[in-house]
Amino acid sequence: MLLGRVIGTVVPAMLVDELSNTPLLWIQPLDREGKPEGDPLVCADGTRMAGPGQVIYWVASREAALTLDPWFVPVDDAIVGLVDEVRLYPPEETGK
Amino acid sequence: MILGRIMGSVVSTIHHPIVEGAKLLVAERLDASGRPTGGYLIALDAIGAGKGETVLILDEGSGARQILNDDKAPVRSIVVGIVDDVDLNSS
Repeated sequence: MLLGRVIGTVVPAMLVDELSNTPLLWIQPLDREGKPEGDPLVCADGTRMAGPGQVIYWVASREAALTLDPWFVPVDDAIVGLVDEVRLYPPEETGK
Repeated sequence: MILGRIMGSVVSTIHHPIVEGAKLLVAERLDASGRPTGGYLIALDAIGAGKGETVLILDEGSGARQILNDDKAPVRSIVVGIVDDVDLNSS
């Protein structure tokens, strides 16, 4: 599971029936400091509560489909939860 | 499974029900000699790992679902062990 930020919404003109009620969001993956890392991707939003600018954590592959109900859907990235805060321990406390 | 070091935690109030009450940790990935590889992941804590600890992280979905005892848990990374020492045989 990795961090990401919602940078937009995706409005499909046509979609398979299983995904017709699922919000699709445009996500920029983040590193652990919150800086953009890698290419943006489209995530299904299992929480249905993420909005633009929201930091989230997301999961890929089969686990992504399991965030949705029904779960047997063609999805490969999905939001599992919204992030309120990432608390990184000070370097001296982690020994590095 | 991979080696990681606990660097922080993630606070989340709105999430999938399976994450309710669980602790989410930020772990950096380590190579065999204990050096950070630059990558990280967010893992569920199954054992009570603390800050700075070197841990064993299962990064695979069906094993994670087995540990959580829920065959529909959308969780892939889970901390399953605390590492005391990694002994590399020099060959």
